[in-house]
Amino acid sequence: MSRDDNAGLYVHVPFCRTKCLYCDFYSVTSPVLLRPWLQAVRKEALFYRDKWALFDSLYLGGGTPSLLDESALHHLMDHVLRVFRFSSDAEMTMEMNPDDVTPHRMQMLRDFGFNRISLGVQSLQDEELAWLGRRHTAEQAENAIRMIRCTGFKNLGVDLIYGLPGQDRATWLRTLQRILLHKPEHLSCYMLTLEDRTPLGRMRAEGKFIQVGESDQIRLFLLTSRFLEEHGYIHYEVSNFARDAVSASRHNQKYWNHTPYLGLGPAAHSFRDGVRWWNVSSVEDYCMRIIRGEKPVEGSEILNGEQLQLEAVYLGLRTKRGFNIALLEKNTQTGTALNRLIRSGYLEVRDNRVIPTRRGYLVADRLPMEILS
Amino acid sequence: MRQIRNFSIIAHIDHGKSTLADRLIQSAGLVSEREFRDQILDNMDIERERGITIKSQTISIPYKSRSGEEFELNLIDTPGHVDFSYEVSRALASCEGVLLLVDASQGVQAQTLANLYAAMEQDLTIIPVINKIDLPSADIETVKEQIETELGLESETAVLCSAKEGTGIDDVLESIVERVPPPARDREKPLTALIFDAHYDSFRGTIVSCRVFDGVVKQGDVIRFMSNGASYRVEEVGVFRLNREPKAELSAGEVGYIISGVKTVSDTRVGDTITLDTMPAPSPLPGFKEVKPVVFSSLYPVSSDEYLSLAESLEKYKLNDAALTYQKDSSVALGQGFRCGFLGLLHLEIVQERLEREYDQSIVMTVPSVEYRFLLKDDTTVTVDNPQYFPDPLDIKSTFEPFIKAGIIMPERYMGAVMKLCLDRRGGNPRFNYPSPGRVEVIFDMPLAEVIFDFYDKLKTITQGYGSFDYEIIDYRESDLVKLDILVNGEKVDALSLIVHKARARDWAVQVCERLKEEIPRHQFKIAIQGAIGGKIIARSTISAFRKDVTAKCYGGDISRKRKLLEKQKKGKKRMKMVGSVAIPQSAFVAVLKTDNE
Repeated sequence: MSRDDNAGLYVHVPFCRTKCLYCDFYSVTSPVLLRPWLQAVRKEALFYRDKWALFDSLYLGGGTPSLLDESALHHLMDHVLRVFRFSSDAEMTMEMNPDDVTPHRMQMLRDFGFNRISLGVQSLQDEELAWLGRRHTAEQAENAIRMIRCTGFKNLGVDLIYGLPGQDRATWLRTLQRILLHKPEHLSCYMLTLEDRTPLGRMRAEGKFIQVGESDQIRLFLLTSRFLEEHGYIHYEVSNFARDAVSASRHNQKYWNHTPYLGLGPAAHSFRDGVRWWNVSSVEDYCMRIIRGEKPVEGSEILNGEQLQLEAVYLGLRTKRGFNIALLEKNTQTGTALNRLIRSGYLEVRDNRVIPTRRGYLVADRLPMEILS
Repeated sequence: MRQIRNFSIIAHIDHGKSTLADRLIQSAGLVSEREFRDQILDNMDIERERGITIKSQTISIPYKSRSGEEFELNLIDTPGHVDFSYEVSRALASCEGVLLLVDASQGVQAQTLANLYAAMEQDLTIIPVINKIDLPSADIETVKEQIETELGLESETAVLCSAKEGTGIDDVLESIVERVPPPARDREKPLTALIFDAHYDSFRGTIVSCRVFDGVVKQGDVIRFMSNGASYRVEEVGVFRLNREPKAELSAGEVGYIISGVKTVSDTRVGDTITLDTMPAPSPLPGFKEVKPVVFSSLYPVSSDEYLSLAESLEKYKLNDAALTYQKDSSVALGQGFRCGFLGLLHLEIVQERLEREYDQSIVMTVPSVEYRFLLKDDTTVTVDNPQYFPDPLDIKSTFEPFIKAGIIMPERYMGAVMKLCLDRRGGNPRFNYPSPGRVEVIFDMPLAEVIFDFYDKLKTITQGYGSFDYEIIDYRESDLVKLDILVNGEKVDALSLIVHKARARDWAVQVCERLKEEIPRHQFKIAIQGAIGGKIIARSTISAFRKDVTAKCYGGDISRKRKLLEKQKKGKKRMKMVGSVAIPQSAFVAVLKTDNE
């Protein structure tokens, strides 16, 4: 049984002013259902009040949580989150867009207890920002960072995207170098992924641009990792970097090591004691079910031992923690496979843990199949 | 005594044979509307999906005619593919008449013609039936004209019906009793009964379907199979309703079954004559032929610890399929398996599918081969159906392969495309017949090896379904044969080796190399795929090493989805065969069998 005092709470805010061209997270651009959603989240929290005693992280994600105005945020924090208890040192993260950052709002967030901002910068090149369909400029993004710092936030995470068509090492390095001037505690650098159902995915399918080739993607990935490690960051997950061990996202790590987490809001996923469940993704459906007094759960699964092992291995192989070698069957086949991957420079074994190397991260989705028989 | 009529329904594919059969059965009150399940006769899944009948089924339908007479109508179902043409001929030999079904909107088609010839060979009464008259596109007048000019039948005798709507079914039944001649019913002569089918029942052993021509057979009689002299005591005789219905005896003219302690279907031979041990007939019924496999391929379990399970499944399967032959075989790449013989490629596919579906076996099949003959320098001849046993090239004096006479009937407009296909497949000595205006029959001498892959599929495609195909093996001819090997990272994959005509070796090798490149997943290292004759490389492709395979994001909503993907890959990995350090998926062995559809 897992202890609940290290559980994480996620709240999905499914609203955006505009949809970014690459994004395939669930959100709607109409604010009509904002109030009903707030009421519903409040009721949903009540379903879980007795079973989830204490959290040590909160993550407000989306969508665009930063579009919530003062009264909405008030409602959320006062009525919803007061339902639960948080440890005194809990990590409280708010995802924000640079164009929503104002001194007033930042002060308000501080007052509500937020101590970490995850800022969607994506790039510091204006033409790249326009191509991605972002609503801010590079200058706005840097101003936002300054404002966040001025309000006293000591924990800032910045999201960046690389591997854009036409982007070369030099332009990407310029963005990285400039962002480092602000010394963010945390960096998420995502290789651009073109999902078929997004506008960019469709544009690629129609041949409107050519995706960066595999060799360049590999070069950019290795460059990012090397550059940031040289500047003191720890490459602790495929796409995530932290200034030091305590700056790694406490909340996000829970997804990768089977720590319990509760997700509220449409499309949110939850996990506890080997059970995973997820909510319906449409806001309307979500609200309707709650009004009818039902849990808005769309599906659930109980993971058996083999599935938990598979997840522990594959999620471990995406992080610097790796996984405990005891999870593997002791036989010659596994041994041979492991040795081959170590010799080829994809893996290391340290303190009885199997750990991916920088090159190992690049093939993290393949490694489980190579190791598991 | 009830009068008897024995008949079959023959038709081009999709002209509604099964639906009509169902209607006839239903109209006799054998099934209630509620029990009525579509297409009762085609009761195997594969048959339903492919819309063809493989294992024929027979049924006796009681019928009271308009004039008030009682009849027993025996409907003998026929399989519908060129691999089973012998079985079709035996089923037709058991009838006095056939319903020749023609679709009212599509009209006379190639298979209609081929089927007509088969029925005419048996000198059967032919009743043209125009089906699907309910369709808006039905053009009864044109179809009647075709029946007159192309089939040479009297169009005013055609019966109109819609099996789907149930209209005209009574007219069909009346035409059977009025026009199909009654069978001769001489009970006094020595017993002769024609075996046209057999199937296995786990409680009763082999159930032999037969048509009695002369004499009587009843429980307790000792019967003899005239082809091999084997004798058995009869346990039960009867007729087929929806289930078997025992009777005191089967007599001349009747169609039914005999159960007599025959253990496996292989102990019976379709086309054989059953007679009485005590009073044998002077000679068997004509037309018996020993059916021999012509296409050979090896079956291997995907995982070698499933060998015994595969052996057991084959043994069970064989109980019901006399035409399949098998013996042990082994391969360096695939371990222990079985060398199997089939009537043709469709037969091969059916066996493969049924083993996988009904017996839950995961199997890999090797490239099918025909039987080749080699005259060696010491003047001995060896027969080889497995590339593994290809003789040392230094010992070979000359090589021979089986040739067929391939007959194709089609509308004239497809002749150019069909000629090209046959010439590409090394066809020669073309001859032409004109069975009716607008139609051509072209006959080629062709190597059997050239038709066993996808010839029939290709023919259907290029003739848009209007081409019919039939063949018989004529002789062995000298031919320039080589053994082509496929190497993966330098290791020979014996299961992919093939005996092939020298002129065709390169094309084949290039295609296999390309197919494998698509099917084998990337590894940590570069993989070379080569086609070689002896030590000479004639084709090559390369699979580059995998270098990047990772998704950027993996948060709450992605975790289960990604795990499910891995679980699927893990299952797929179980179905992989290791050749050296390269994992080859089962699908790769299947993919090399599919030739290009450019």
